[in-house]
Amino acid sequence: MDTDDTSTKAQLDLARQLVAYLEAGEEDQASAVIRQLRIPHERELFDELGKLTRDLHEALNSFRGDSRLVELTRDEIPDAKERLNYVVTMTEQATHRTLNAIDEAMPVAETLHSGSLELAERWARFRNRDLSVDEFRDLARDLDDHFAQAGAETERLRSLISEIMMAQDFQDLTGQIIRRVIRLVHEVEENLVGLIRLSSAKMEPAQQPTKAVKEKTAETVDQEAVGTMGHGPVVPNTVDAAADVVSGQDDVDALLSSLGF
Amino acid sequence: MKILVVDDFSTMRRIIKNLLRELGFNNTTEADDGSTALPMLKGGNFDFLVTDWNMPNMEGIELLRAVRADPELKSLPVLMVTAEAKRDQIVEAAQAGVNGYIVKPFTAETLKEKIDKIFERIEAG
Repeated sequence: MDTDDTSTKAQLDLARQLVAYLEAGEEDQASAVIRQLRIPHERELFDELGKLTRDLHEALNSFRGDSRLVELTRDEIPDAKERLNYVVTMTEQATHRTLNAIDEAMPVAETLHSGSLELAERWARFRNRDLSVDEFRDLARDLDDHFAQAGAETERLRSLISEIMMAQDFQDLTGQIIRRVIRLVHEVEENLVGLIRLSSAKMEPAQQPTKAVKEKTAETVDQEAVGTMGHGPVVPNTVDAAADVVSGQDDVDALLSSLGF
Repeated sequence: MKILVVDDFSTMRRIIKNLLRELGFNNTTEADDGSTALPMLKGGNFDFLVTDWNMPNMEGIELLRAVRADPELKSLPVLMVTAEAKRDQIVEAAQAGVNGYIVKPFTAETLKEKIDKIFERIEAG
């Protein structure tokens, strides 16, 4: 209050001085007083501007520090591209595996089918007493062959169908990889929204990305406390390659047996 | 033998069910994650649990721990069939009391071998 009173008094003094100078026609002196009168307002403006600049700078800095955007762009986006490429490769392999089994199974089924039709026709002629003794002897031999062949060939078909079934495991494996990429895209989205909020003049929402990141971390910690989170399949040429992973079932068995399993 | 197959991908559940049927196990039930599996297991008279690891809500490792912590379920044989291939995780599952661990992709022979081994051990006591 005291300072306010003093500054008001000082300004009144200056104003009176200004009137006196103007009445006396001393323009230079009057200008000097006007400049002096402006000083407190200018200081206030500069202070405000300085504060705004500092806030913006701090907000930008804190965003840069907190945000995972840099990490996301530098490491995780290329990593995700590699994961998606792997999905393309896996689905391609699964489709080839399925089509190969079908290519192999189709002629087997066709041979069995035409063989059965041909034998059925001859069997019908035998039932109608249309076959000579020699023809019947041939038919009996061909039937023997057919039964032997049918047993082996249907077993082959069964194993090819089983192969087709196992090839479908790609849906689970690629699905896990794609879900992981979806989570990443979601995270990028959240960070970009934070960035947009920050750059849209208002200062208040600048705290938003920090909050999002903190929540995320808390969530991860929560899950880690319960147990290691699943990662999904190991994808070559990604961060997965750096982890200590097994190369297959034999590796798993060796590890477990070393643990006394 | 009553078996519960837990995996969040219905395609994988079908594959496992088919393989189990080929091995002569016809009484299988499905659940899509740990949190749906656990209530089914309690009082469900299951003899065997086949579970994935990476699932929403409740992961396979948590399900395994919950099973081992439950006085009624603690001796239920558990086979993990998962794409999780980190050594740490396999050790973690072993320490949590898993009876067998199969990494995806796997073969029908591997599944048969592991199931046989689990029941051989149980019979041997």
